[in-house]
Amino acid sequence: MNGGSAAEVTVTVNGEARRAEAGSTLLRLVEALGFAGRPIAVEIDGEVVPRPRLGERVLGGGERIEIVTFVGGG
Amino acid sequence: MHHLEGRVWDVIDHDPQGGGDLPLVVGGITLKSRLIVGTGKYATYADMARCLAASGTDCVTVAVRRERLVNAAGENILDHIDTSRYVLLPNTAGCYSADDAIRVARLGRELLRDMGSSSSEWVKLEVLGDRRTLLPDPVGTIEATERLVADGFTVLVYTSDDPVIAKRLKELGAASVMPAGSPIGSGQGVLNPNNLRICLEYLKDGDPDYPVIIDAGVGTASDVAVAMELGADGVLLNTAIAHAADPERMAAAMRAACLAGRLAALAGRMPRRLYATASSPDEGSIARPRP
Repeated sequence: MNGGSAAEVTVTVNGEARRAEAGSTLLRLVEALGFAGRPIAVEIDGEVVPRPRLGERVLGGGERIEIVTFVGGG
Repeated sequence: MHHLEGRVWDVIDHDPQGGGDLPLVVGGITLKSRLIVGTGKYATYADMARCLAASGTDCVTVAVRRERLVNAAGENILDHIDTSRYVLLPNTAGCYSADDAIRVARLGRELLRDMGSSSSEWVKLEVLGDRRTLLPDPVGTIEATERLVADGFTVLVYTSDDPVIAKRLKELGAASVMPAGSPIGSGQGVLNPNNLRICLEYLKDGDPDYPVIIDAGVGTASDVAVAMELGADGVLLNTAIAHAADPERMAAAMRAACLAGRLAALAGRMPRRLYATASSPDEGSIARPRP
């Protein structure tokens, strides 16, 4: 992505700024982070997106995304 | 006397339907064990797995947290929990508002749905009011319970031992009200048995099967037995096992204590008396009577 011709947008993933290709989807982002096939749930701007619909959600820039999993807890 | 015809031993051999007991049913799911065990604070996932097995539980709590963006290839807790054996109960631990608790509950539900879990609507609701005590925020807890029930969740709600709040949570549709014995992770046991007794009486009034689970504060096995003897339907604990010197042995102790407490509750204890009553007969004693 560095200096490429494709336009980029910035999104916030788990509190960190991340660049993504403009017009890319949540599914692409999840795959790029290496989370495909892992037990995760995704929230974008406060709304949960079921896994089968990650590919429908296009990133416009500025979204706040949370990608969570289960950890030990009481 | 009620004759158990030896079936009482089935209870100890972990068949709660033996001995005339019925299994614990929460939100339509039947649990064989009356212990719900947390998965936090273990040194390793392997330790956790051994302790869960030793506790005899078939329902475990998990927390929902951000996936690590780097080194995410590491192990996931789900690699160490046999989900065909354990019902997963996601919590909303660490949430200090109804809004956050609802977000976390929905993410937990999505994780469970994606796994095809049978308990995908289950949530252990915690809305905390204070970092130091981890006591529940009653107002936020009531608000979140109402909204989660409306959203179709099966809400098992962590609350204080306040009987009025407990009753309100049940009226709002909580599948189980879970009063704390003492603060989370404090190991102080059951601090106010009188309040818990009133909670149990209110929650089970005309509805004896309504599940009441004592959540939090257990320090050792006798605390579990006390909670069960009070008439609780189950106990939820984590730190008392994870932070014992020998966690696996303590997990087995918790299992035994839960069964012991349950049996004692079903058996019905003798009344407390201020003065002694001799167990051996006075009649036929060769001793000279004490004046």
